[in-house]
Amino acid sequence: MASDLLRLARRVAEGSIRVVDLTQTLTQEFPIITLPPELGQCAPFRIEEVSRYDERGPAWYWNNITVGEHCGTHFDAPIHWISGKDLPNNSVDTIPPEKFIAPASVIDCSRECAADPDFTLTVPFVKAWEKRHGRIAAGEWVLLRTDWSKKSYADYAGLTEEGAHTPGPEPEVVRWLVEERDVHGFGTETIGTDYGQAQHFNPPYPAHFYMHGKGRYGLQCLTNLDQLPPRGAVIFAAPLKIKQGSGSPLRVLALVEEAPPPRPRRASRGRRSAAGRSR
Amino acid sequence: MIEPLVRPKRKNPLKRTRQPLHPQSVRSRTAHGLTAAAAQGRFELQKCLECAMIFYPPRDACPRCLSARVPFVPVDNRGTLAVETTIRTSTDPYFRERAPWRVGLTRLDCGPVVLAHLHGDVREGDRVRLDLKLDKGGAPVIIALPEKDTPHMTDDRQLREMTCDPKFRRVLITDGRNAVGQAMARSFSEAGASIVFVGVADAWKPFPGQEALRKIARVEIVPLDLTDTESVAELAEQNGARTDIIVNTAEHVRPGGILQRHGLTVAREEMDIRYFGLMRLAQAFGPVMRSRGADGVNSATAFVNLLSVYALTNWPAYGAYSAAEAACLSAAQCLRAELRPGGVKVLNVFFGPLDTEWFQTVPPPKVTPEALARAVVQALQRGLEEVFVGDVAEEVRARLSVNPKALERELAG
Repeated sequence: MASDLLRLARRVAEGSIRVVDLTQTLTQEFPIITLPPELGQCAPFRIEEVSRYDERGPAWYWNNITVGEHCGTHFDAPIHWISGKDLPNNSVDTIPPEKFIAPASVIDCSRECAADPDFTLTVPFVKAWEKRHGRIAAGEWVLLRTDWSKKSYADYAGLTEEGAHTPGPEPEVVRWLVEERDVHGFGTETIGTDYGQAQHFNPPYPAHFYMHGKGRYGLQCLTNLDQLPPRGAVIFAAPLKIKQGSGSPLRVLALVEEAPPPRPRRASRGRRSAAGRSR
Repeated sequence: MIEPLVRPKRKNPLKRTRQPLHPQSVRSRTAHGLTAAAAQGRFELQKCLECAMIFYPPRDACPRCLSARVPFVPVDNRGTLAVETTIRTSTDPYFRERAPWRVGLTRLDCGPVVLAHLHGDVREGDRVRLDLKLDKGGAPVIIALPEKDTPHMTDDRQLREMTCDPKFRRVLITDGRNAVGQAMARSFSEAGASIVFVGVADAWKPFPGQEALRKIARVEIVPLDLTDTESVAELAEQNGARTDIIVNTAEHVRPGGILQRHGLTVAREEMDIRYFGLMRLAQAFGPVMRSRGADGVNSATAFVNLLSVYALTNWPAYGAYSAAEAACLSAAQCLRAELRPGGVKVLNVFFGPLDTEWFQTVPPPKVTPEALARAVVQALQRGLEEVFVGDVAEEVRARLSVNPKALERELAG
């Protein structure tokens, strides 16, 4: 009998487990975190052609790329924030690899965000969500579906004279998710895991402060969260193994049950004969 | 009187684009004294320090007393057009396709008789002003202009061969997000440019002056980010063949020397925006501009670099910035040599601290973006290669010619 692992591979291949790509394409134009100009800036994604079947390399095409660790769809490691600077295994190269696979609870607040770009996630909102979908389990990603990834770049960045207006969590709910629900990390569609005006919170940038302070992770600039169920998706999010890296752009994939799994008896016969044919 | 220039018709796509030609441009080492004066718009001839004779053409010794102390000095440019003629045919391909071409002998009030090109508004016997210009090949030549300005004077056919007038030309201002780019867009619109393309990077980021910029007549906003090779290449694919003047307004001003930089992040940004930005622009737009140097009234004509005067000598208070500017100056000199065969000039505009946010803590005198923009347009109308704008830039130029070491030491504070 096939192992769970091989069964998983087969179900992915036959499409009964669907792979949803939660990653934005790395492009030069995609908005990036903007800090006051006198501060250090994250480098945007840039690409230089090395050769393209030409005098610089006759039979091959390749590029040199430059990119900041926090550009495009990216992973935040605990070392990114000062609150997580002294934790063990806090950088992308030392995080145990099993941490890169975890289930997700997807909290849909797209309707609220459409009405108010300053929507902030609160504990009561999450508790109401739990009443409908069950309690968030320890070790789960909490992903915030805002449909922000569907906006124009200007609306996506939401920049005004007083900074960004994009949705995100209030300090209390982040602390609560870490301490009361023991979540794996927090993921968003927006440029950062925090609310656009989170510099005015106490503490400032709570999603960074509390999550990384307790060794939890962040994912941002996600897309296609609308294709995930509220419960049951499994996220594959493995950052580049950068020495002492604070994060990295990465490919984020979700595995989703497409249909209820076939009944064991019929399914096992079918699978066995299929396997036999392939040999 | 000169007929005013009319807006050029749309190009006939069935006709071959005329390839650029230029007059013979070899000059002696001594004669490049005229090149230096013409590049900066001064009228200078040689004057003997022994017998005070002013003479032309350039020689290594005084024709009267044989002294070798014969520097170029500013002289009175007024004189009388003694005789004129019209060249109707020539073995030189440049003049052959531009005939008829008028030349004449001017007797300068200060002595020498000079063979010069003639502006359309001067006639034999007229009082004239002589002006030193760089021709299509970058060689110094003299043109006789009317004693006083005449209507539509800059539209003269022969004069326009030596200038880079924005009138009816299509201009690309590379960065409209900053005050200099916006002032430049206004100035070029007022100077009669037929289109002013203004590059804006990261359009998702709002910027001050955005609305006013859009309202300037004949301004078209185009996406352009000089740090992104693909963005520059894409714009050149769209607009390269209709870009006659480029004014690179992308800036990156940060105070501090090398030791204050704390790592290379900022230094990389300044080199990326300034030096590599210039390379990207030149690689994307240079070849097509060079091939369009004789493409009618709206031929490609100039590539303008805005450079801190501290490109010439480092100002340690803005030391890393100065170093990046110096890299741009060197690249601009290379580009000038590469564009010259196409009759496209490289204008380097030097200025001291600007009256903008990044020089907030620097005391005046400072150059306003508007003054800088006016100076750029005027320099193009005159066909210059180098211009120094404002008191600080003028002083640095003057002091560098006397004692560069003293200036370096004093700038160090």
